[in-house]
Amino acid sequence: MRWLLVGVAFTFVALLVVAPLAAVFAQAFGHGLAAYWRAVQSADTLGAIELTLLIAVIAVPLNLAFGLAASWLIAKYDFPGRSVLLSLIDLPFSVSPVIAGLLFVLLFGSQGLLGGFVARHGLHVIFALPGMVLATTFVTFPLVAREVLPLMQSLGSEEEEAALTLGASGPRLFFRVTLPKIRWGLVNGVILCNARAMGEFGAVTVVSGLIRGKTITMPLQIEILYNDYDFVGAFAVATLLTLLALVTLAVKRIVEGRQPGAS
Amino acid sequence: MTSGEARLAPRAGVLPGFGLALGFTVLYLSLIVLLPLAALLIKASSLSWREMLATVSGPRALAAFRLSFGASAMGATINAALGSVVAWVLARYRFPGKRAFDALIDLPFALPTAVAGIALTAVYAPTGWAGSHLARLGVQVAFTPIGVVVALTFVGLPFVVRTVEPVLAKLDPQLEEAAAVLGAGRLHTLRRVVFPAVLPALSTGFALAFARALGEYGSIVFISGNLPLRTEIIPVLIVDRLEQYDYAGATAIAAVMLVASFGVLVVVNVLQGRMSRRGGAV
Repeated sequence: MRWLLVGVAFTFVALLVVAPLAAVFAQAFGHGLAAYWRAVQSADTLGAIELTLLIAVIAVPLNLAFGLAASWLIAKYDFPGRSVLLSLIDLPFSVSPVIAGLLFVLLFGSQGLLGGFVARHGLHVIFALPGMVLATTFVTFPLVAREVLPLMQSLGSEEEEAALTLGASGPRLFFRVTLPKIRWGLVNGVILCNARAMGEFGAVTVVSGLIRGKTITMPLQIEILYNDYDFVGAFAVATLLTLLALVTLAVKRIVEGRQPGAS
Repeated sequence: MTSGEARLAPRAGVLPGFGLALGFTVLYLSLIVLLPLAALLIKASSLSWREMLATVSGPRALAAFRLSFGASAMGATINAALGSVVAWVLARYRFPGKRAFDALIDLPFALPTAVAGIALTAVYAPTGWAGSHLARLGVQVAFTPIGVVVALTFVGLPFVVRTVEPVLAKLDPQLEEAAAVLGAGRLHTLRRVVFPAVLPALSTGFALAFARALGEYGSIVFISGNLPLRTEIIPVLIVDRLEQYDYAGATAIAAVMLVASFGVLVVVNVLQGRMSRRGGAV
């Protein structure tokens, strides 16, 4: 009986997860290593990689700061509105990424709420980098908080309070006592946030306007290449993101080994 | 703390940094979340009811709603059933390759949706590895609603497995042993002892998988073919409206979608509340 169940589970996961994973690499290298390298080094693809990294480099630290602030706030204090805050943090998970992108188009687009303001000052928000950063930030901001907050809550405040009685100032308390305690949860949160930020597709599609050479990220480049029937190219870019996903999962495993309380 | 007592500490807590943390958090949320949501609300309220209704009840929109909700429910159900098997196998058995198997479960969570989309299409298209076998059986997956269900099942897989597995692992074996001693067959024990204990986690997993599937975009757009009235999901329809500069239409559909998904989540939460109050500990 047990082998029947294991067989069913294996088949299910093989069909759903292993097959697509294998397909990415099979398709990317299907025409040989040379074709793969050519695809990865094309100008458009390199530009997409650069833009993706740029967005991640901006969005992830912002969300890291938010994650720390919000976790500290919710874990250490009690105040009216605390549960509202908690629900707001979970909000992006119930909003489709496309709708998330739409939100920013409705805010900063030419017909948007702040559209007039944006136009008057010659700013470019949607169809440009700032809009893409904002949309990516919206979609990924809970990820650090959701890793750090439970950790802060389960580890308690005794060490911080002890440090307080010993005369530590706020920043000293935070950096010397709290941060070391939560560091593995933080690492988890940051790599998840990064993976999600670099892989974001729906929200960025809406906000980017797909302007060649300027607003194409790696996921968008995959779509463009695929729709142009350049399958080797599309899957080549996909291998890069897949490797990122695999590394993210590996780091997550290692962290879970170091600190059983994390995640 | 009775209402008559004065609070000894007038602030929210003892540790420093409350003001700073509160200020930054509220500012951030306002800029990133509340302001954009306000833009949607304002735009949506500027539409007349008639306009909204007309947009949302057109045949294309209705087909998209049916597909999105139907396929998401189907995918979440498949995950509930087969994901439970996976969770059971992970929690109860030891077998070669278990660690790798366990690691793979999280892949849909970490893999970018566009990558998942083209990868699933490569496997299930008529020329693909699984697709060609299925085609011989007369089943077409890619460019049909079946393909949408497959992709949504992929996306929701970790949600069921990861919520059910810990519960199964922590289940006290004494309960099942007691049932066996009292003469219950294995199936009976599963139905009456194990299943009720796992049900809250299972329904949470189902709800999470369903919510995730509802908003999914990247994994679907490649395998579905985005054929209007046939394999077009709501997010694709919204993008289509935006590309036509029909902001009003896009907003109307998005607003209805948001309300519907919040509604579903509320219903699920209520059901879960009822279940945990009634079922509770065995």
